Amino acid sequence: MIDGLLVLALLAPLVPRPPSLVPLQDTTKGKAVYVKWCAGCHGDGGAGDGPSAAHMLPRPRNFTGAIYKIRSTASGQLPTDADLMRAIDEGLPGSAMPAWKGRLSDGERRDVAGYIKTFSAFFADTSQHAAALKFSGEPGGGTGAAALKTGRQFYDSIGCRKCHGDQGRGDGPSAPTLKDDAGFPIFAADLHQSWRFRGGGSAADIYHRLRTGLDGTPMPSFSDLIDQKFLTDEQLWRLAQYVRSLSPPDPPEVRDVIHAPQIAGPAPVSPDDSAWARADRYWFPLVGQVVRKARWFAPAVTGVWVQALHDGHTLALRLSWDDRTQSPDSAWLGFEQRVLETVAGDDSGPPKAEPWPDQLAVQFPRRLPEGSGGMERPYFLMGSETDPVYQWRWTSRPRKSVAGLARGIERFDTLPGALAGQASFDHGEWRLVFTRALATPDTANEVQLEAGRAIPVAFFGWDGSSGEHGSRMAVSTWYFLALDRPTPPGVFISPVLAMLVTLGLGLVVVRRARRRGTARAGRQR
Amino acid sequence: MGKLGAVAATGVAVLVLALGGWMRAPLPAAQGGGTISGKVKFTGAKPAMPKIDMSEEPKCKAKYTAAPPTDEAVVVNANGTLANVFVYVKSGLPASYKAPAPAGPVTLDQDGCRYHPHVFGILVGQNLAIKNSDGILHNIKAKGTKNRPFNISQPTTMTSERTFTAPEVMVPLECNVHGWMHAWLGVLPHPFFAVSGTDGSFTIKGLPPGTYTIEAWQEKYGAQTATVTVAGSETKTADFGFAAK
Ligand code: HEC
Ligand code: HEC
Repeated sequence: MIDGLLVLALLAPLVPRPPSLVPLQDTTKGKAVYVKWCAGCHGDGGAGDGPSAAHMLPRPRNFTGAIYKIRSTASGQLPTDADLMRAIDEGLPGSAMPAWKGRLSDGERRDVAGYIKTFSAFFADTSQHAAALKFSGEPGGGTGAAALKTGRQFYDSIGCRKCHGDQGRGDGPSAPTLKDDAGFPIFAADLHQSWRFRGGGSAADIYHRLRTGLDGTPMPSFSDLIDQKFLTDEQLWRLAQYVRSLSPPDPPEVRDVIHAPQIAGPAPVSPDDSAWARADRYWFPLVGQVVRKARWFAPAVTGVWVQALHDGHTLALRLSWDDRTQSPDSAWLGFEQRVLETVAGDDSGPPKAEPWPDQLAVQFPRRLPEGSGGMERPYFLMGSETDPVYQWRWTSRPRKSVAGLARGIERFDTLPGALAGQASFDHGEWRLVFTRALATPDTANEVQLEAGRAIPVAFFGWDGSSGEHGSRMAVSTWYFLALDRPTPPGVFISPVLAMLVTLGLGLVVVRRARRRGTARAGRQR
Repeated sequence: MGKLGAVAATGVAVLVLALGGWMRAPLPAAQGGGTISGKVKFTGAKPAMPKIDMSEEPKCKAKYTAAPPTDEAVVVNANGTLANVFVYVKSGLPASYKAPAPAGPVTLDQDGCRYHPHVFGILVGQNLAIKNSDGILHNIKAKGTKNRPFNISQPTTMTSERTFTAPEVMVPLECNVHGWMHAWLGVLPHPFFAVSGTDGSFTIKGLPPGTYTIEAWQEKYGAQTATVTVAGSETKTADFGFAAK
């Protein structure tokens, strides 16, 4: 590998550089772009302290230290120009950093990349030359059982679980102590949501991050382990492929309508009932509640997976979401306090961390909109004094489910009607099933779940250990729930969907992932 | 005995004593010249250092049979002095001064989920050998600002080497798997540094004649300076004092 680098270095002056390697320079034009588009977050002086930075977690990058997360270089080294361009072009998913490709011209993006380098003397220091590591190509068979087993072995033997947890949801024993270099709390990434990885979610992206580490964060580089023969390069690839296998093959697509097929048996009341294995999963992203005070910019519950089934009498709604803690959890109180101090400077200063429970709410209008054109819905943010919404609310402690009317965020009045809820927590995932009769006596307040109608539905989530309570929550917009009318058994979901449901098991999925992998590898060469 | 040997031997001694703190700083190898020595005194109530709960790492916890491990931010010696104070020549060396080539690497050992030594110095360009004696996962993160950072992992018994390119007092080192593990590294372009030991004393030897600004740095109480002039092979005393806050 050293030889390879040497040869490359010798040849470098002779080979015309591809555009992305041309040194980034023009800083006057770059400054104009920066001031207009970047300074609001990154600050005029590049210290990551722009006017909008205060509520962000993670905070905008402080360019003065020249410490970058997404690099192709060894731990601690400067990023290459291509690395910077990639971060600017694609953004950092899972953070506030947007993708600028398409918003800014090629020239503007290159100029601004050149400009941000001027914030640190390291880039001008010629002894700090940043050289990309020579990465190997992805070995085949990465989705096969043998490969994943090898990957899992190294997940255990290296100790990824210390931070990321046994099943990878960021709930390891060291997780509540983690801070970034600036002292802000940082979450060990949820490895089941690869679409939120800062550096991209492909197996190759993950392999690159394992080689380089994410500088400025607790996530270390594992390159030394190859040099020291703790594992081979191929085994590190297997580990990356194992991590990749924890997330769905494609980033979840948001579909507006949840279909609840009618099943013959009774609607399942338990989240671990085998009936759920056959029900389609719908993903709904949640965002921070930033409309009302106290606003919340760092929602911990990033989305919910929803499944629905009914048996003609009862609806069962299964919600599952990643949450690294079963709140309240005293081990996370310190972390909660740091989160509140980092992002909750909204009104009177940060509140004190308290042992809040986890919560989830499902919201409906009280009555279905009338008439064919009736799409009128109450205010999505828990209705209003005059136009309340009907909600199902679940809390982890005390463990209970109640139905009631919300009149805005502050006011909730329970209704006596029967709502059942059953929840289980497993390695950083909550699974909750609400069941309720389709028809109830209180037709004025409780939505009547009629088959064939588009029933508006919205979701809210709270992670108590991240300081979420009251208006500090994650919210969705309105979507729809549709109870399907009975269909002949066995064909209630299309074969294609059935394939997707058994994520990672369906052959189609595996083949598609493999095809995409090859395509991507091809592009990189 | 080279610097490496001194560090290793001292490392062993520290292991044996477990809580004994840093012994005597490794001395620069230079011969002749002036000497500055002194004591770092401490006044006020000895601060109570929090206990470290190592239950998550039974292998480390088992190494503390006598007393549970405590935080090392302030180590007050039996004689009322402070250990782990980094004392070094901040300025005063002639511009022509050239540091001798480092004798070998300086070793930082991770043992019992602690760093040994807790405070130490190294020359620019000298190898730092980072050793994992625990055999469990540690990551070692260096958070310098004048030096490039690094963050590497050691899931097993192994040694990794790194160097530093610029003088910096101090580079914080930490493990994120074990949030209580901290060490402080002073990177200098010359070997005129020492760390106060279990009797609070330090000695800096082999100084060319001159007037020096000596700084004493303590991780919690900050830094103090003194001006000392040495001529020939004389020994001068410079005592420092820190007060409880
Ligand atoms: C809405 C706020 C916001 C704006 C506007 C913004 N950024 Fe960022 N940026 C962020 C945040 C937050 C991060 C840190 C994300 C993280 O650490 O995970 C970041 C990180 C970065 C990084 C670091 C990438 C790495 O690998 O560490 C670069 C480079 C960057 N931004 C460039 C820019 C440029 C250039 C612009 C303007 C064209 C810009 N940003 C505009 C929020 C913003
Ligand atoms: C000391 C704690 C720690 C250990 C050990 C650790 N990680 Fe991480 N990891 C983190 C943190 C913290 C982040 C989030 C960084 C961020 O948000 O920028 C992270 C992020 C990641 C990411 C997301 C990268 C991206 O592009 O955003 C992946 C994948 C990952 N880790 C995999 C692993 C694997 C596999 C191992 C074991 C070989 C491992 N980590 C060991 C703390 C750790």
